[in-house]
Amino acid sequence: MPAVTETRETVEKLAKSSYEWGFETDIEMDIAPKGLNEDTVRLISQRKGEPQWMLDWRLKAFRAWLEMEEPTWAHIHYPPIDYQDAHYFAQPKKKPGPKSLEEVDPELLRTYAKLGIPLHEQALLAGVEGAEERLPIAVDAVFDSVSVATTFRKTLAEAGVIFCPISDAIREHPELVQKYLGTVVPVADNFFGALNSAVFTDGSFVYIPEGVRCPMELSTYFRINARNTGQFERTLIIAEDRATVSYLEGCTAPQRDENQLHAAVVELIAMEDASIKYSTVQNWYPGDDEGRGGIYNFVTKRGICRGARSKISWTQVETGSAITWKYPSCVLAGEGSVGEFYSVAVTNNHQQADTGTKMIHLAPNTRSTIIAKTISAGKSDSTYRGLVRMQPKARNARNFTQCDSLLIGDQCGAHTVPYIESRNMTARVEHEATTSKISEDELFYCRSRGLSEEDAVGLIVNGFCREVLKELPMEFAVEAQKLLQISLEGSVG
Amino acid sequence: MSDFLKIQGLQARIDADGTPKDILKGLDLEVPKGEIHAIMGPNGSGKSTLSYVLAGRDDYEVTGGSATFKGQDLLALDPEERAALGLFLAFQSPVELPGVNNANFLRTAVNAVRRARGEAELDAVAFLKAVRAETKHLSMSDDMLKRAVNVGFSGGEKKRNEVLQMRLLQPSFAILDETDSGLDIDALRIVAEGVNSLRSPNFSALVITHHQRLLDYIVPDRVHVMAHGRIIHSGGPDIAKTLEKQGYTQFLEAAA
Repeated sequence: MPAVTETRETVEKLAKSSYEWGFETDIEMDIAPKGLNEDTVRLISQRKGEPQWMLDWRLKAFRAWLEMEEPTWAHIHYPPIDYQDAHYFAQPKKKPGPKSLEEVDPELLRTYAKLGIPLHEQALLAGVEGAEERLPIAVDAVFDSVSVATTFRKTLAEAGVIFCPISDAIREHPELVQKYLGTVVPVADNFFGALNSAVFTDGSFVYIPEGVRCPMELSTYFRINARNTGQFERTLIIAEDRATVSYLEGCTAPQRDENQLHAAVVELIAMEDASIKYSTVQNWYPGDDEGRGGIYNFVTKRGICRGARSKISWTQVETGSAITWKYPSCVLAGEGSVGEFYSVAVTNNHQQADTGTKMIHLAPNTRSTIIAKTISAGKSDSTYRGLVRMQPKARNARNFTQCDSLLIGDQCGAHTVPYIESRNMTARVEHEATTSKISEDELFYCRSRGLSEEDAVGLIVNGFCREVLKELPMEFAVEAQKLLQISLEGSVG
Repeated sequence: MSDFLKIQGLQARIDADGTPKDILKGLDLEVPKGEIHAIMGPNGSGKSTLSYVLAGRDDYEVTGGSATFKGQDLLALDPEERAALGLFLAFQSPVELPGVNNANFLRTAVNAVRRARGEAELDAVAFLKAVRAETKHLSMSDDMLKRAVNVGFSGGEKKRNEVLQMRLLQPSFAILDETDSGLDIDALRIVAEGVNSLRSPNFSALVITHHQRLLDYIVPDRVHVMAHGRIIHSGGPDIAKTLEKQGYTQFLEAAA
């Protein structure tokens, strides 16, 4: 049997082992009835104790959404989503703050344990008083739709950094939220973005004041935890002049029978000489080996480099979800600003991914780099879709794009769809693309050195993704390699 | 053990665009423990096929005969099991692994083999110490450890990297498939030295070559002449010199 066939079968076998983090936490929930109408939007706004302007904003988005059509241009296929057949609000019932871990709902702790969250961090997440010791990462855990705990607010507050659930920010920092929310992704930007704007229930808010280098990596663990609860996260990150921040987003989800809709919106704003690094490791439940279940992940992520010499860098490792529809983008409005997109997308079984980026060069001397690595296995289908646009004022702007696809087996597909629009003669755009398979030669060479086939595939895949993985913060690099293992096979690295 | 490597009546074929093509046609060969044997033969005689079949490459179909190594049925084992058992193949054309750090690759391989042999794995420090000693021995720059496996390596560097792997994996039986091809005389000397220094009563090797030149540096105990998928003549090291002067014709005629 040729080695590649064997590899495929090994991959398939491993994929059959049940999703490691597929479990469901049984915590009393406060759930809104199914369905989506203006009353749902009002209910959400009321439950979150929002001011009138926020409700008005949501309603504007909702009315826009009603007029919009679900996009069909992506290379993905799924049965029609019944937006009325889902809950749009679920909140764990509030209990008084526990004094120690013993008092924390054991179900919650078990969830954290399965996610591999260290014990001291669990205490923080569970809101145990006095648990705020020195930790390298601040975690704003989004446990279902509501942040169960926000940590390090004090430490960060001393640096002038605001890091809190966006619902808190709406109440406590209305002037900032009103000033920036929807300025990068307007309410009527796109179908899923508008839906998110109408019904988002939580997310993170980050504000880094002028000249401040955020003293720690900011991190969010996302969990989708209630049956049929659409998860609509809203994240807003603002870095003022010369501010620097690195934000980590990591996600796991419990196993489900029915598809779950996830439509997040992330907005980044970088002012003069500011720098935002946004890293994602996503491993939501991809569905079973027949493609049943799994998360529908329709995400709008966009950043704007408003100030001169500002920089926004997206790094993502996407291994999960049944469907991924995601294009983290950069609008380069400040002269000499820099946009980066580093991506690894892995699909297996019946997973579908249509992902990429948009680099919109508005100002002179702007630069962008796109490195996209796509790995397809099983019967999955993966598309890189990217747009590089050089506007008339983008004098001497430069882009470099590299898209590499790696195929495992002969039943998967990889597609590259680059759009390049240049309206400035001095702008330079480079695009390189390759498609390859893991060759028999590579596998045999590794195995003849004693590596198992799984280790060999892991090593080769890891090598293939190296340019992207090295962009991840240390905290995430290990997790990302773990995910590549789980998604494909064998030990990586 | 007299039956160190024993091959009897080995037949193998490859699928050539849909038509099976027989390459090994009843090959017999024995290499006792502690001996170094050379195989010489014209192009297309099946020398590389033999090395691939012994190492376990699965696009060759074994259609008859047997091969045992240390008393085990070699042909029933996966390539990695053969490596753990002590078999090593130095490739004629070493494969490039883009993005895979050479040091990381070497360490993963060494520890995979050590694990399979029931030995303790080397930690990063111990490994680095071991590998540095070897690279120095082979006149390799540390830079080659930092680069991706064989990517951008010159022909000579690739061959040295093969010998480096061989020395780190400590095989009891090494097959060198035309390791001398593309080497200048200095590199040849270094590579030969790398093999010779492994010589011991517990180490055997099969050196496949076109040229007498390599055998000036690695002096074999026996030389086998291979043609048409079989060993057609065996003898002492002198055969190589005869071949160098007179070519394969006399052996081919004698075998016909």
